[in-house]
Amino acid sequence: MFNSELMKRLSDCFGPSGREKRIREMIMDEIKDFADEITIDPLGNLIARKKGTGKKILFSAHMDQIGLIITHVDEKGLLRFANVGGLNAKELLGLRMVFDNGLEGVICQEELKDNEKLSTSKLFLDVASTDKEFIAKNFRVGDMCVFKSEYYETEDCVICKAADDRIGCYVLIEALKNHPETNNDVYYVFSVQEEVGCRGAKTAGYNINPDLAIAVDVTATGDTPDGIKMDVKLGNGAAIKLMDKSIITHTEVKDLLTDIAEKNSIKYQYEILEFGGTDAGPIHTSRDGVPSGVISIPTRNLHTSGEIFNKFDVEECIKLVIGTAAK
Amino acid sequence: MFLNELTKLSGVSGCEFEVRNYIKSKLSEMGCQFYVDKLGNIIAHNKGKKNKTIMVSAHMDEVGLIVTNIDSDGFIKFKAVGGIDQRVLNSKVVLIGENNIPGVIGSKAVHLMTEKEKGVSLPIDKLYIDIGTSTKEETEKLVNIGDYAAFKSDYVEFGDNMIKAKALDNRVGCSIILEILKEKLDVDFYGVFTVMEEVGLRGAETAAYQLEPDLAIVLEGTVCADMPEVEEHENSTLIGKGAVLSLMDNATVYDIDLVRRVAKIAEDNNIAYQYRRSTSGANDAGVIHKTKKGAKVVSISVPCRYIHSSVSVASKNDLMSALKLTKQVIIENQKGE
Repeated sequence: MFNSELMKRLSDCFGPSGREKRIREMIMDEIKDFADEITIDPLGNLIARKKGTGKKILFSAHMDQIGLIITHVDEKGLLRFANVGGLNAKELLGLRMVFDNGLEGVICQEELKDNEKLSTSKLFLDVASTDKEFIAKNFRVGDMCVFKSEYYETEDCVICKAADDRIGCYVLIEALKNHPETNNDVYYVFSVQEEVGCRGAKTAGYNINPDLAIAVDVTATGDTPDGIKMDVKLGNGAAIKLMDKSIITHTEVKDLLTDIAEKNSIKYQYEILEFGGTDAGPIHTSRDGVPSGVISIPTRNLHTSGEIFNKFDVEECIKLVIGTAAK
Repeated sequence: MFLNELTKLSGVSGCEFEVRNYIKSKLSEMGCQFYVDKLGNIIAHNKGKKNKTIMVSAHMDEVGLIVTNIDSDGFIKFKAVGGIDQRVLNSKVVLIGENNIPGVIGSKAVHLMTEKEKGVSLPIDKLYIDIGTSTKEETEKLVNIGDYAAFKSDYVEFGDNMIKAKALDNRVGCSIILEILKEKLDVDFYGVFTVMEEVGLRGAETAAYQLEPDLAIVLEGTVCADMPEVEEHENSTLIGKGAVLSLMDNATVYDIDLVRRVAKIAEDNNIAYQYRRSTSGANDAGVIHKTKKGAKVVSISVPCRYIHSSVSVASKNDLMSALKLTKQVIIENQKGE
């Protein structure tokens, strides 16, 4: 059964890269009764451990989401900003944004001269106030904001913001709650700063020094009109990544995940992504190397305020994580 | 002030020995304990009251050129080392190699240019260095392929407490560390002078690996864009408005609680500060915070106009603000929680 209430809370929780405090606290509260040990490392990664004396396995899903950082507040009280993570200026226009303090704004553009290209520096955020004191008190350079959009679901699919990678967090939370009987020493990592370059995973990988690492993250699909050419489809099950820009999945890990899926009748599909990377990138080259792979949740419309995934795929991903934890 | 002497030295990335030798001699004079690591970073230790491991770092290297070819007429072809401002290379004086052979960067005369070439900055492959020789053999006696070339540009004080020099990025940082080390404060910290920042933050990574700091303070000369034709929100930093605190750049999202704490320290001590309005660029903080188990980082910079060219301009007032703030941050952090 898909836990819509949990997913909605995860999606709605504030946490752009480097500002993961709120989402970290929410997840910690959610998992504290299920882990043997919970730690927070210097960069802010949340690490939940199920102790064992066997193989050391690391699962990682990132808590952070894309957003904007305020770089300047002008005389009129209009805010200038820069991207936090991969965002395109033309996709931002007209969007509603929300800050950690709950205040909102809308993205507007300067009047552009002929042939002038729309860029982030030509956009500004109007926070709906002409009261200078109110603005000075509530908006500071360095504050971040994220998309404001409402969670929505049908019988089989969900539309929400920050499915990247709160759906990965959801998968790990559910797997931890249903942690299998095993002798393995398992670390569920909720990492920081993936969207700006998989930074949290680097230090978590170093610290934990695992025998096997699996990132759980969203991936693109090839099932939309004139979309990218790739074989992944919504509803076709958990995606086992073979390659992206950050990793070529270790063949033994690929075989392991495939074998677990086959033996447990988990529906799966192979994924080759020609762009992007995940936490598995820095983890697999950590220290003397870590055999690593990625379990992906196929997601349409990535890095927008309405990302779409399939609930059946999510269930298959959870089963695959649980199966791997026990291996 | 160490800055005057520091900006006269050549230290293109990978060839920092002049700067390193100068800093080593100053550290010895001060009686400061230090060592040089395998990549050439200097790691100095100021012993004192300790609550956590603090690393204060600045890179010694500067952007410059490397000799790639010598032609039959003795002219020298070169490539850039680091993100040099290629628009301004023409007609500059450079010093080449360990013997500092002077040369002039030249191109064909304006009289000979096509209409298309006029008014356009020349790409590096159309430029050459002239060292006053006329054959390949003569040039080869003085310069070798692989030699580095650095800008020659005097240190000048002018205007309202302003400095003009080359390589203010990042000799300002090096001078701040030396000034603080000289004070022999009773607080523990490592003063680290790194190599090869301009080609990809390389020295800082190995330095942080050795020290495993809890807190790193990265000192920098940073982009200042307060000139005509730049819109207010794209200024990045303003000269004369104080020490610069970074919030985010291409390599680091700074811990906001820490940044605000540093801002508070500045306010409490009447030190002028400003936030960096741009998120472009990167500095040593980018690798330090990700090394081993991870570290907290803060970046304190001095605004430098015309950065990565042969002349850059900075304010002595900003330098003093950055120095005071750095010192205060070290002291406050070694006090204990």
